[in-house]
Amino acid sequence: MTVTELVSYEDALASYEPVMGLEVHVELGTETKMFCGCSTGLGADANSQTCPTCLGLPGALPVVNAEGVRSAVRIGLALHCEIAEWCRFARKNYFYPDMPKNFQTSQYDEPIAFDGYLDVQLEDGEVFRVEIERAHMEEDTGKSTHIGGATGRIHGASHSLLDYNRAGIPLIEIVTKPIVGAGDRAPEVAKAYVAELRELIKALGVSEARMEMGQMRCDVNLSLRPHGAEKFGTRSETKNVNSLRSVERAARFEIQRHAAVLDAGGTIVQETRHFHEDDGSTTSGRVKEEAEDYRYFPEPDLVPVAPPREWVEELRGTLPELPRERRNRLREEWGISEHEMESVLNAGAVGPIVATVEAGAPSDQARKWWMGELARRANEDGVDLEALPITPEQVARVCALVAEGSLNDKLARQTIEGVLAGEGTPDEVVEKRGLKVVSDEGALGTAVDEAIAGNPDVAEKIKGGKVAAAGALVGAVMKATRGQADAARVRELILEKLGVEG
Amino acid sequence: MPGITREEVAHLARLARLELKDEELEHFAGQLDDIIGAVAAVSDVADEDVPPTSHPLPLTNVMREDVVRPSLTPQQALSGAPAHEQQRFMVPQILGEES
Repeated sequence: MTVTELVSYEDALASYEPVMGLEVHVELGTETKMFCGCSTGLGADANSQTCPTCLGLPGALPVVNAEGVRSAVRIGLALHCEIAEWCRFARKNYFYPDMPKNFQTSQYDEPIAFDGYLDVQLEDGEVFRVEIERAHMEEDTGKSTHIGGATGRIHGASHSLLDYNRAGIPLIEIVTKPIVGAGDRAPEVAKAYVAELRELIKALGVSEARMEMGQMRCDVNLSLRPHGAEKFGTRSETKNVNSLRSVERAARFEIQRHAAVLDAGGTIVQETRHFHEDDGSTTSGRVKEEAEDYRYFPEPDLVPVAPPREWVEELRGTLPELPRERRNRLREEWGISEHEMESVLNAGAVGPIVATVEAGAPSDQARKWWMGELARRANEDGVDLEALPITPEQVARVCALVAEGSLNDKLARQTIEGVLAGEGTPDEVVEKRGLKVVSDEGALGTAVDEAIAGNPDVAEKIKGGKVAAAGALVGAVMKATRGQADAARVRELILEKLGVEG
Repeated sequence: MPGITREEVAHLARLARLELKDEELEHFAGQLDDIIGAVAAVSDVADEDVPPTSHPLPLTNVMREDVVRPSLTPQQALSGAPAHEQQRFMVPQILGEES
């Protein structure tokens, strides 16, 4: 393997225009496999979810999972695709032990969905339209474990072990048309596209699309052509890029690598490449087999799928609001900037905030807690916001207690701490920890009197018109009441007692 | 004109991971050529009014509900395997597919 000296990203873009193609595989969240009734449940014992069909035993016949087709059509519609009136499955023949049948049941020249697009929004708000070539149905492969080589790599392994629980789980492969015109933002567009697609898949409820679990996997195809050239360059296909950050890094690396090869007068080999998470580089894999080497032919064991138009329209009616439109609507409703919305999105806080607002809290309050205290806590614990042991309803209740003056900010924070610590509902925590704001005017009045008596010089300043100095006395009262006073009310009392207009 | 060349048979053998001797390549190329020639007769008969058929029955949309059915036990699944280890199918060294 030769190590290529990379060209700087800026220099690469000065000479060449990147053209990308993204292939995303989504594992559907169906109960059963695509062509048999075996469970798709995670974490099962090795080879405990197989049957003659997914093991490719002689005589076994596949039957299509209706939910798989339904999900495929809904994904196609959400991507503004046309839905085929009639299409077939095809056998993609290859000899590799991850498929016991020696072929993968896929779709070839008759995908169920084709010619669509997905609008993606970049961080500065610019919208970029990614054209979709096709979305087709296929099945996942089994899981290999390589024994005897270094760190589980196939290289140097003495033998391999196969678990076919995953073989046959429904996959939808979504392929873009060549993405041109993104220029130096190509890596960013790639990342934004995969992120948007993931949101869309989640909104459709067809998969949890968790990339770290392999439920969504991305191949990044990339080529460069000199500026002004019509013809695309030769592409490389970087396989299994499995996080949003990696998608961006892989595209960036390949742009720099291709430019280096081309600058040196070399030619790009059409091959698959492996992405390495540790340093963001890619290395050569196998030289790609030609499509004809797969000897695709129509699957004779399955009859064609012909989605009736009225059914397609019925499914169109089940589509959720598109994630980008929903985000823009919420952003306007909440009155926040693109940038702030981006933070909310990155923190995974959209769902919790929406639920908290639905439970009656003002959006700014809901956002304050989920993006502040709770985000910090989730980050510390390394969990998603939604996994914290507090519900949006409980956060809304805390907001209500603050609004009615029963809690101040500090007490509200302690209440939330209590809920997270498993001490009960907000009301129970307030009760148990004795967190109510001191609203007893008599007790508060005494504390104010004491603060004035203890700080005569400050009291003089205030009387002399320096109202701002009241802060020092408010602080003294808050300290005396261990923070359990309503600061605004304390201030009012101080000014009242000193005979000054607030 | 032959339907399939010796080189094409060698290529197919490689894709199918079959090791064929020279005389076998010669032998199969001849046989496959005969078969392709016989099947090609269908194309001569079929005119433009006969659409290609991939399935003999005029059916579409044969599907099943997404309901789990019992699987084989791992022991049953592995019962036909030439070798297994750790409740998994064991296969020989896989070469030349990944660096």
